[in-house]
Amino acid sequence: MSDTIATEATESPGARPAGETTQAEATREASSIEMKGLHKRFGRDTVALDGVDLTIEPGEFFTLLGPSGCGKTTLLRILAGLEEADDGRLAIGGRDITEVPPHKRSVNTVFQSYALFPHLSVRENLAFGLKMRGMSPARREARVAKIAEFIQLGDLVDRRIDQLSGGQRQRIALARALVNEPDVLLLDEPLSALDAGLRSQLQVELLRVQKRLGMTFVFVTHDQQEAMVMSDRIAVLNGGVIQQVGPPRQVYEHPVNAFVARFMGHDNLYPITARDGDRLTTSLGELTAEEAGQGELLLIRPETLDLLPGEVAGENHLPAVVSERLYRGSHAEYRLEIGASTLQATLNNRGRHLPEVGDRVTVSVAPEDLVTLSE
Amino acid sequence: MAYTGVTPSARSRGMVRESRHLLFTVAPGATWIVIFLVLPSAYLMGVAFMTNGPYGLPEMPLSLESFRRLAGFGFLGWSPGNLYTLLRSLWQTLVSTGLVVVVAYPIAYYISTCRARWRPIMLLLVVVPSWTNQVIRTFGWMNLLAPGTPLSNLAESLGFIAPNMGLYPSNFAVTLGLVYNFLPFMVLPLYAAFEKLDTAQVEAAQDLFASPVRAFWHAVFPQTLPGLLAGIVLVAIPAFGMYVIPELLGGGKGMMLGNLVANQFAGGANWPLGAAGAILMLIATFVGLFAMRRIGKRLGGGEEVVI
Repeated sequence: MSDTIATEATESPGARPAGETTQAEATREASSIEMKGLHKRFGRDTVALDGVDLTIEPGEFFTLLGPSGCGKTTLLRILAGLEEADDGRLAIGGRDITEVPPHKRSVNTVFQSYALFPHLSVRENLAFGLKMRGMSPARREARVAKIAEFIQLGDLVDRRIDQLSGGQRQRIALARALVNEPDVLLLDEPLSALDAGLRSQLQVELLRVQKRLGMTFVFVTHDQQEAMVMSDRIAVLNGGVIQQVGPPRQVYEHPVNAFVARFMGHDNLYPITARDGDRLTTSLGELTAEEAGQGELLLIRPETLDLLPGEVAGENHLPAVVSERLYRGSHAEYRLEIGASTLQATLNNRGRHLPEVGDRVTVSVAPEDLVTLSE
Repeated sequence: MAYTGVTPSARSRGMVRESRHLLFTVAPGATWIVIFLVLPSAYLMGVAFMTNGPYGLPEMPLSLESFRRLAGFGFLGWSPGNLYTLLRSLWQTLVSTGLVVVVAYPIAYYISTCRARWRPIMLLLVVVPSWTNQVIRTFGWMNLLAPGTPLSNLAESLGFIAPNMGLYPSNFAVTLGLVYNFLPFMVLPLYAAFEKLDTAQVEAAQDLFASPVRAFWHAVFPQTLPGLLAGIVLVAIPAFGMYVIPELLGGGKGMMLGNLVANQFAGGANWPLGAAGAILMLIATFVGLFAMRRIGKRLGGGEEVVI
């Protein structure tokens, strides 16, 4: 952690509200987050969080992933202190902050709408948190200059907010939070308002910033691609309940239930009608799986499939007809008919034969690529 | 010239057409302003510098007599009556505008937090009273505040007023009447300012270590400033020149500058003096507007606050 935003290692103790961790600590050591039994209800009928237990490790890029209304934003707002949990405890860096109001938490947020102050210049926006903490104007100025340089927007500090582009606003919002060197940075769908190109560019930038600072980031998104690109670990939420927590590969390749599988983009799910050891019978036919688990649904990932021309006999070979092909250059997406069932397959374009619509093919899948899960 | 395709005469015809166009669009407005603003103002200005005639009408020669009288110099030496009227007008304007701000600010905020489909109804409720004639509403207040009414009895039993005096007529009644009358003019621009405000900014301020009070002061208040200044202008200027409310609710001791001017014209008393009073009001208003602009610029961080 030599690469901190501020060069000054020591801060004047008087500049901080009592009871907060010191700035130097915050930049040297990232903070963990512990949530225990968090419940939140809106009105009488809407359950936003239904018992969330979660531990986020220091320095982790942690993503809360789920569809709208799953409770991910509510959870983030509880971390920020903008929402109060009905029940449960919350600790950051080992300190219980369940009842601490937002302005006394060493946590900063990048809002979905950015929530930049239009009546203030970029410079004043960046300095807002430092000013509220009572830092002297000279030191504020130095910190703001440093952070503006860090995000490579030093020439924009005298602009007004309405003179900035969407991407610039996004970066200013990030800088306005980072300049305070919080224990934890919260990001509420910070890239959702940007177009695709800029979005992937800023994903990479954000990831680099996090790795450089080693700060704990909690990121909220509904985009599973984004979650997989960015995260050390992902928590998939649905209906206010955490469905699965794990690294992106684990969540994508071994989803624990049908919801997680579908949310991660899997469509090839087939109920297992009969089971004989590793022999699984589904509407596709009989398949042999290796260490597939005891779930009642079979998941076949499209990219694990191979398509052989014509009918080829063999283990885990299924005869199929191509009903649709989407050629995407780097790969092609297939829709195959096997009896009354359909199966999606993705084939890398490596100079090999790409079957056409109407072709009879044989689908081949390796036993170790088959996974079962529960509904 | 033939090669360019546009001959000089064609070009000048185009210019003629343009200036004609300008004439047709600007002329009606300009005529209106000249007839109903410039000429009357010039006439008023002229009258103020003329001598008072036997029936209160202006006569030659030119003199500064009206301004001397306005400043309080009469046949019997100096009297502070007019000065008091001026000060009372300023004081009433200041107090009532301040009270209007205090009352309107939370109302406007509250309406902006209501559900979208309730907001137009709430705004309507604020505006509806002003659909009734101002004179009738002011008579209503006379009936509510007169001696012997429940409100007056309450104020009497609490020791605010002497027995059998009633809340009306008094300076208090004038203030109340002004606040009541001008409330919508403050609520509407403030509401417009609140509605534009992104509530996430309040949360952002708190997230950036601002206590609720400081979040209001640093994130909310500056953004409502344009609405506030617009409201102050809409309230303070008409309040300063108000005639009906002090006439009906103020009694003899509640007179404001508007009444002084009206009396000089209405009773056939002294046109030049009335004109001088009107000019004094105009000057005071301009000074006030100028001051507001300066304040708006300073508080708005150099940003132009349009008034």
